[in-house]
Amino acid sequence: MPELLGHYNYWIVIILMMTGFYTVIARPNLIKKIIGLFIFQTSVFILFISMAKVEGGTAPIIEAGISVYSNPLPHVLILTAIVVSLATTALGLALVVRIREAYGTINEDDIHDEED
Amino acid sequence: MEYLIDIVLLGLLMITGFAIVRMKSLLAVAMLTSIYSLLSAALFVVLDAVDVALTEAAIGAGISTILILATVALTSDEEKAPRHTPLLPLIVVIATGAALIYGTLDMPHYGDPTAPVHSYAAQSYLHDTPADIGVPNVVTSVLASYRGYDTLGEVTVIFTAGIGVLALLGYRTRRRNIQGPGIRRLVVLRVIAKLFFPLILLFALYVLFHGDYGPGGGFQAGVIFATGFILYALAFGLGNAQRVIPHQLLRIMMTVGVLIYAAVGIESMLLGGKFLEYRVLADDPVTGQHLGIMLIELGVGITVAAVMLIIYYGFVSRQHSGDM
Repeated sequence: MPELLGHYNYWIVIILMMTGFYTVIARPNLIKKIIGLFIFQTSVFILFISMAKVEGGTAPIIEAGISVYSNPLPHVLILTAIVVSLATTALGLALVVRIREAYGTINEDDIHDEED
Repeated sequence: MEYLIDIVLLGLLMITGFAIVRMKSLLAVAMLTSIYSLLSAALFVVLDAVDVALTEAAIGAGISTILILATVALTSDEEKAPRHTPLLPLIVVIATGAALIYGTLDMPHYGDPTAPVHSYAAQSYLHDTPADIGVPNVVTSVLASYRGYDTLGEVTVIFTAGIGVLALLGYRTRRRNIQGPGIRRLVVLRVIAKLFFPLILLFALYVLFHGDYGPGGGFQAGVIFATGFILYALAFGLGNAQRVIPHQLLRIMMTVGVLIYAAVGIESMLLGGKFLEYRVLADDPVTGQHLGIMLIELGVGITVAAVMLIIYYGFVSRQHSGDM
């Protein structure tokens, strides 16, 4: 990749991360917050996988005649992180369902009103 | 060429991300989330992470979307405008983003083979795998063997999440098969679902047992297996799906998977090795490694599939009890 674009992947990752972060702190809707968290998580996955890429390398499955492989270690970390991210998302959404049943709304502002 | 695909995919991801924030309809947001996951799965293929791509496509684009849709169906579709001005969050986000971008300036360039992340551990995994473990897929060998402790922890996390969702949403067995009146008329959907169901299960088994040689393994196989049953439940109703795979069976499967994993560890201790040291499982160390990896991947697959289905059953059965 040309010199100028050497950090392109990381910058987009940070923009995505901040998009998710903004959704979590600025949007009152609880489902939207969880989706914001999901965007944030995925951006971290892309950060790790971008770091694992080796120029001219291929997928880390050993094959005769190939000498350059991308780094397998971040792949392992992220593979399990994706499954755990689903576990946290599901738990968060289950909480949203229960909050809706208890308060009749999934809007954070309305929930605060009811609490006061 | 590869860089061009990388640049375009990341650009599309950014656009999808912005659209998700701006959209008011949560149904549309759920579909955009699915697109976002599918795009990132495509990006992972370009970045050589084929195992990760398979997982992301099955989980992000598949099951996550279904769970978000189920939650929207249980709550409400419209999003109210925030009461506070978005000025303060915007300032916080821009300041954090600027600090992080400043932080990346020191980082090695994308694809740099001399980056510190590629030295030490990664090199030795790539170098030692053929002799130590004898499986071509290094991701599988690191996941299941070198870092087997980590993976046992991850499986336990998923098990805990399954218990958490059970505790939050509870579960009610349905004797009667409840199904929307609309879906019964969709003949094409039902025929396609029926045709795809065995193929999806077969593919899950292929991914599970071929994980040593190609992309795949217990995590992906478990999710794909669960997706097959979710498709069946969507087309034929929850009651029918429960007749095929009852909730009680899932609760047993969820535990059995973790226990198989831990049992392999204890078995290798009884045979004189360390916890999860598969070498001692057979006379030949490489055969022992193969056997150990196969068994723990099976355990992972069983737990993941059972937890995914328990989560799905939890959400959908809630929906029906709400209607009464």
